[in-house]
Amino acid sequence: MSGTKTISFTLNGAKKEFAIAPGELLVKLLRRSGLTGTKEGCDEGTCGACTVIVDGRAVMSCIMPAFLVEGRRVETIEGVGDFGKVHPIQQALADAGAVQCGYCIPGLIMSAKALLEEKPDASDEDIRTHMDGNLCRCTGYEKIWTALRNVRDANQPKQA
Amino acid sequence: MAKRTFKVVNQSVTKLDAIPLALGKPLFVADFKPADALYAKFLWSPHAHAIIKSIDISAAEKMPGVHCVLYHGNVPRIAHTTAGQGYPEPSPYDTFMFDRKVRYVGDRVAAVAAETLEIAEAALKAIRVEYEILKPVLSIEEALQEGSPVIHDEPEARAIIPVPYEPQKNIAAKVGMDVGNVEQAIAGAAYKLDNSYYIHLAQHCPIEPHVALAHVDAEGRLVIRTSTQVPFHARRITAQVLDIPVRMVRVIKPRIGGGFGVKQEVLIEDVVGMMAWRTRRPVFLMYTREEEFVSSRTRHPERIRVRLGADPEGTLTALSMDCISNTGAYGAHALTVVCNSGSKVLPLYRSANVHFTGTAVYTNLPVGGAYRGYGATQAAFAVESAVDEFAETIGIDPLVFRMNHHIRSGETSPVFAALGEGKAGVQQSIGSCGLDKCIKLGAKAIGWKKRGDWRKKKGRYRRGIGMCCLMQGSSIPEIDMGAASLKMNEDGSFNLLMGATDLGTGSDTVLAQIAAEAIGTTSDKILVYSSDTDMTPFDVGAYASSTTYLTGNAVLDAGLKVKKQILSVAAELLEKKPSELEVRDAQVFAKDGSGSVTFQDVALHSLYAANQFQIAAISSNISHKSPPPFAAHFAEVEIDTETGLIRVVKYVAATDCGTAIHPKLAEGQVEGAVMNGICYALTEQYLFNEKGRMTNDSFLNYKIYSMRDKPEMVTILVPTYEKTGPFGAKSVSEIGINGPCPVIANAIYNAVGVRLRETPFTPEKIWRAMQQH
Ligand code: FES
Ligand code: FES
Repeated sequence: MSGTKTISFTLNGAKKEFAIAPGELLVKLLRRSGLTGTKEGCDEGTCGACTVIVDGRAVMSCIMPAFLVEGRRVETIEGVGDFGKVHPIQQALADAGAVQCGYCIPGLIMSAKALLEEKPDASDEDIRTHMDGNLCRCTGYEKIWTALRNVRDANQPKQA
Repeated sequence: MAKRTFKVVNQSVTKLDAIPLALGKPLFVADFKPADALYAKFLWSPHAHAIIKSIDISAAEKMPGVHCVLYHGNVPRIAHTTAGQGYPEPSPYDTFMFDRKVRYVGDRVAAVAAETLEIAEAALKAIRVEYEILKPVLSIEEALQEGSPVIHDEPEARAIIPVPYEPQKNIAAKVGMDVGNVEQAIAGAAYKLDNSYYIHLAQHCPIEPHVALAHVDAEGRLVIRTSTQVPFHARRITAQVLDIPVRMVRVIKPRIGGGFGVKQEVLIEDVVGMMAWRTRRPVFLMYTREEEFVSSRTRHPERIRVRLGADPEGTLTALSMDCISNTGAYGAHALTVVCNSGSKVLPLYRSANVHFTGTAVYTNLPVGGAYRGYGATQAAFAVESAVDEFAETIGIDPLVFRMNHHIRSGETSPVFAALGEGKAGVQQSIGSCGLDKCIKLGAKAIGWKKRGDWRKKKGRYRRGIGMCCLMQGSSIPEIDMGAASLKMNEDGSFNLLMGATDLGTGSDTVLAQIAAEAIGTTSDKILVYSSDTDMTPFDVGAYASSTTYLTGNAVLDAGLKVKKQILSVAAELLEKKPSELEVRDAQVFAKDGSGSVTFQDVALHSLYAANQFQIAAISSNISHKSPPPFAAHFAEVEIDTETGLIRVVKYVAATDCGTAIHPKLAEGQVEGAVMNGICYALTEQYLFNEKGRMTNDSFLNYKIYSMRDKPEMVTILVPTYEKTGPFGAKSVSEIGINGPCPVIANAIYNAVGVRLRETPFTPEKIWRAMQQH
């Protein structure tokens, strides 16, 4: 490929190198590298399905050029949990009945994880505001809302 | 109602695919795309109505990396419908893979398959097309005008069932019914109402757009993985359009990223199929969001006239509705959606005289299709707004008026027999009906008693409360068929194979629960494989609120057959008669306490020990009724009288879906449908320029709600027991979307005294209506 360049970054905890095409977007790079948990719903930064975490912040990988993650830490849904080590956010969503079609769910988990790691005591308003970019057409958000508050509440130190 | 106890059913077990989905495992069509797949891309019409005078694909074909270019000149010309419905389809055959004429901005002109998306896009630019532009028809009114341009003038356009079809008048479908004499009843009525309503175009917006992946396998058969609600119809229609035998096509449905009806359409399978067939390479196609808006399917807008009459006591004597729907450029679901405007709404209230007409017209706008609610959403807005207004005219509380008139258990409506889907309907009397309780519980939750007259409201921000009642159906009676097969494995687990199509609703889980309850095991022992036309029995697919009710009964029957076989093997092992045994918790016990065997013992014996056979069963089910779920919805809104800005403060949905097989998933269906309905009522709409081009084809300016917009929601499930349903279940997936338009319209009236008869209720519309007032 003409103009191909090599970048390296930390992907789910491991240092990786990738050859990228000019202008290649992060979501395309991830998906063609076999990390298909990151979804595409609009490719224009409006639905949140492609959300990943870069250096602790939730970003939409469909509008992020891959070269921008050079040297940074990228976390995708594949790094969050797996069978036998399901992450509390994943478990809470499943328990609440919040996973319908599930297409929005990986992106939504990445957004929620970024928030709750930065702010374990996020207020209800913080959650609503932060999750504004993650559209879900199936659930009406009610059970997602319940699940995320449950995770937040479980994070809180018990009152003596 | 006797209290029934269930072990697996009516419990919120973990949804089977919840954890794999939350882990981001490869489960969706796009996740299976091989690295060597070609990318397919469409060239869309820039004109709403035009003839393709000439088209030159030679430059595109010659481009390196281009493997296939399709257009009307090099594909079979086979009239068909894209509507994924039973055969013969009630939708007209008015569509071709590619045609010489284009009928809306976003219609197909050509398609390219190339090594990369970039090459495909470049090739599209290299296709030269010359159009003869025709006058576009952009509204229902224009379509029906004398001398209006004819949209479907091709000789092949036809209905394949005996129903009225008049394309030369831009009429795609027509239906009607009369009971008693509405004209006479209205003439003699003490109270009358005659209003017209308009309900608008919108899109389903599944977060996963349409996507399909096709290849030709080692045996030379076409395999299509596609995000579809109707795998078997997709197989049939793809074979029809490609002009190859059905046996040469296999359709596999992996997980679907939302459908809501838009994937009850065979929209792209024909083209990826044809490209894979010709190139012998895997071909991948995924719509962009813009394409999903413009070139997929939408909700049919309808103009609806409602007339009501009542006697001096305020009893309804006449109920009349005339619906004209806009099916856009093609007649997908045209007839059946407008039929359902009548059949899923008119039976709700008793009236001796009922009149209904439904007409679907062609226009040069995006194509209508199946959308959750399917015509009932449209008509419920009109009728439930009218009923509210009528109650006020009579001087009775709208809640009491509804209570006095709604259909009850044991009653029937002549509408059921008169109106079917493309043919007469099926007479039925109502089995379960929990609507009274829905109304009472909903009213309490919203605080109906505190609802005051709008005339007494003061201040800049005014609140109002509205309500409505709803019904839908459960499957299409005497048409729909679902089947299931069950087989037992060595460890006492079971494979459940079904054509039923889980589109995110959780039907795989619900059906596994039904199987487990029938057999006497737990749902985690049921391994579900759904929707693969080579592997699973037939099913019409996921539409018409049918899966739980229709396929559920097939699963129940298969489960009981398997249980019988288990008992016969256990009888051999325990040296008892089957009648002396009972099943509990995946074990078989002698009723006299003399012994027991586990399911595993039974399975091992049946497969390895003596008199071996495969414990297995297959069952089919057709529905003879379509028992309606019922619901009462309530909303409280707040309006800023200075700007017209509206906010839904609280929404209450009380639903009778019979036994909720999985209460949390049932609630989820209601919540998702209600939320979709609320943003449909308030913000979602297509904006068109004068040439018929959509100008807001992005989530940036077509607003669907996020978590931040969510009002306080109260979801109440009112249990009833539908005798004809599996463990008492009826449907739940569609009904919820029908409520928000009428409820919010009625709440707006209660807040500020204006009746909005056109959706959506934007701040501007509310504000303008208040100024004229
Ligand atoms: S795919 Fe990135 S925001 Fe929609
Ligand atoms: S679960 Fe389907 S979009 Fe969220």
